[in-house]
Amino acid sequence: MGRIVLNRDRCKACYLCMDACPKKVLEEDSTVNALGYYPVKVNEEKECIGCAMCARVCPDIAIEKVYK
Amino acid sequence: MNKEKQLMKGNYAIAQAAVEAGCQSYFGYPITPQSEIGEYLSTKMPELGRAFVAAESEVAAINMLLGAGSTGVKAMTSSSSCAVALMQEGLSFIAGDEIPCVLVSVMRAGPGLGYIYSSQGDYNQATKGGGNGDYKLVTYAPASVQECIDLTYKCFYVSQKYRTPCCLLADGMLGQMMEPAVIGHYPYEEIDQSSWALDGAKNRPPRAIASIERDQETLRKRVEKIFEKYNKILENENIFEKYETEGAKLVITAFGSIARIAKAAVKLARKNGLKVGLFRPILLNPFPEKIVSEIAQKVDGFLDIELNCGQMLQDIKASIAEAATIPVKFYGRPAGVMMTVEEIYKQIENVYKEIVEKKYGTACI
Amino acid sequence: MEQLVYKKPDAIKDDFKITFCPGCDHGSAVKLVAEVIDELGVREKTIGIASVGCSVFSYDFFNMDIVEAAHGRSLAVATGVKRSKPDKVVFTYQGDGDLASIGLAETIHAMTRGEKVTAICINNTTYGMTGGQAGPTTLIGQVTTTTTKGRNPDISGYPLKICEILKEVDGTAYVARVTLDSPAAIMNAKKCIKKAFEAQLKGLGTGFIEILATCPTNWKMTPQESHARVRGEMSEVFKPGVYKDKVSEAI
Repeated sequence: MGRIVLNRDRCKACYLCMDACPKKVLEEDSTVNALGYYPVKVNEEKECIGCAMCARVCPDIAIEKVYK
Repeated sequence: MNKEKQLMKGNYAIAQAAVEAGCQSYFGYPITPQSEIGEYLSTKMPELGRAFVAAESEVAAINMLLGAGSTGVKAMTSSSSCAVALMQEGLSFIAGDEIPCVLVSVMRAGPGLGYIYSSQGDYNQATKGGGNGDYKLVTYAPASVQECIDLTYKCFYVSQKYRTPCCLLADGMLGQMMEPAVIGHYPYEEIDQSSWALDGAKNRPPRAIASIERDQETLRKRVEKIFEKYNKILENENIFEKYETEGAKLVITAFGSIARIAKAAVKLARKNGLKVGLFRPILLNPFPEKIVSEIAQKVDGFLDIELNCGQMLQDIKASIAEAATIPVKFYGRPAGVMMTVEEIYKQIENVYKEIVEKKYGTACI
Repeated sequence: MEQLVYKKPDAIKDDFKITFCPGCDHGSAVKLVAEVIDELGVREKTIGIASVGCSVFSYDFFNMDIVEAAHGRSLAVATGVKRSKPDKVVFTYQGDGDLASIGLAETIHAMTRGEKVTAICINNTTYGMTGGQAGPTTLIGQVTTTTTKGRNPDISGYPLKICEILKEVDGTAYVARVTLDSPAAIMNAKKCIKKAFEAQLKGLGTGFIEILATCPTNWKMTPQESHARVRGEMSEVFKPGVYKDKVSEAI
C-alpha cells in the first residue's frame, strides 16, 4: 500500500504520470485547478504500490511526496 | 611594494596597480595598445594564487568578469576600442546586475580596426553606455602614468562601493609611454560585499543576480536606483583639475593625454599675457556639468580640444546650455600626428583673438 | 509504518514556480539536477548559471545562488565564478541554441580549458522561448517557424551533434546524451547527471550532459507524442549514450 501527496494546483495536465503508473491509480479530474487545467486525481489509492514512478515523471513537481 | 619612483610604462603601471588593489581575477584577450596588461598579469596572478584566464574573445572575457564580479571579488578586464565594442552586451548586463568590476579601456583610433595611434574616439563608447538600455559606465580618464595607478585604485574602490562597473579610459599614448611614477599602497577602505555576493546559500536564503525583471514597476525602480547612484558618485567621487581658471577669459577643456599638452599651451599663453585657463574633467561620467556651468558664467568662451571629432564637446555644450550663451570652439582630430604645444597654442591665440579681443579690444591682453 | 520514498528535492525552493509549458521535459531535467545536488550534499556551496531562453527563470525554482548570463555566455560566466571561487560547485543550465549556437565558442573554449564546472544542455531541436524557430539541432525535414517547409540542408545546413563534438575536446571529463521519455530513462539520466557533477567535484574537468528533451508546445504534439519523437527520429540522429567517461576510469 502506497500513498502520494498531490498538489492539484501545480498540475498542468500533461498526464505523463497516468502513463507511468503501473497500477493505473491516477485519472483526470473533472474540475479545473487554479491554473485552469483539469489536473490528475488519485482514484484507486488502495491500489498504489508506492513505486513513485508518477513523481519521477512529473515535470511540475505536483506530486510532492510518495510514501510506501 | 616599492614606494620609490620608478620609470614605468602606463600599461605595466595599470597592471601592477590592479595587483596592489587586490584584484583577484583578471580576464583578457590581446589587443594593441594594451596587451602588456595581460602579459604582466599572466605571470603575476598565478604567482599570487589569483585567477588569470586568457579568454577566447572579449565577449567571453567580459562575461567571465560578470561571473567573477558576482562573487564579490575584485575583478578586471582590459581591452581597446573595437574589442571594447565586443564587450558592450556584457557591460549592459553588468550594469543591470549592479556587479562591481573594472574595465580598462586603452583607446586606439577608429572606427573599425582603425589603428594603434593615440585617439580619444571612444569617449562616447565609454561614457554613454555602448550597450542596450539605460545605463552609463562610470569613467575616469588619467593623463599620466601616475594617474593610471591612482585611478586604477579609484576605479576598484568606486566599483565596489557603489556596485557598478567602472572604466579607466586611457589611450595608446598613456599605455605605451614611460615616465616616473610611484606605486603606493591601495589607499581606500575595503568594502564588504557579503550582503549580496554569491557564495552559496548557506544559512541564508538563496540569492539571484539577474537583469531580467518581469514586473515593470520593479524594473523602473531598479533603473532609477542605478541613476541615483550616478548622482551620488558625482557628488562624492568627482575628480577634476582646474588650472588658472580664476580670472580667465577663455577656458580650454580637455581630458586624458591631450590635456597635458593643452596645459603646457595654457602655461605658454599665460606667459604671453593671455587670460587662459584649463578645465580637465577626470571623472568623465557622470559628467561634472555643474562645475562646467559655473566656469561658463565667468568666462567669455571655451575651446574644447580632443583627439576625436568632438565627443566631450557635446557634454560641454549641454553643461553650459542654460548657464550662459558663450561660444564653444572646438579643435581636434581623430588620429594622425599628436598635437604639439605650439599647435594648440596657435589655436588658443586664434580663438582668444576671435572671442576675447573682439569683445574687449586688445587692451584685454 | 509509512516510509517516505520520494519527496521534492531540497534544492528546489519550497515556494517554487515551474515556469515551463505542460509536459515539457525541462521540468524533469531541473528536478534531476536538484536531486543530484541534494544527493551530493552540495546545495549550500552551489552557484548556478541561468541562461537565456526557457531556463531564464531558474531562480524561480532552484533553491541556491543563481547568476544570470547573457544569451550563450553561461560557460564564460561559469568560468569567472569558478576561477574566483574554486571551492564552489558551479553548473550551467542552457538550451541547445544557447550552448551550441550563439554560445558555441564559449562552450568549446571553457571545456578546452577543462573548467571544473558542469554543463547541462537541453536539446529540443528548436528555440522554444521565442516560439519555435529552427536552431542548431533542428532535424532535417523538421518544420519550424523559420523552416516552414522542413529544414532543407541546402538552405539551413545540418543539425549540430553536440556530444560528438565535445567528446573530442580534451578538457571534458564526462560527456553523455540522455533522454527523459520514460521512468527508466529518467533514472539513467539522473545517474549520468551525477557523474557530470562528480567530474567537477573530482577536479577531472568539465562534465557535460545533453538531454534530448521535448517541446510539446512548439512541436504541436502531446507530451506523449513528443516522447515518442524523442525515442524515434531524435534518438536516430542524436544517439543517446555515454560518449566519454573519465569519472569511472578515475575510480
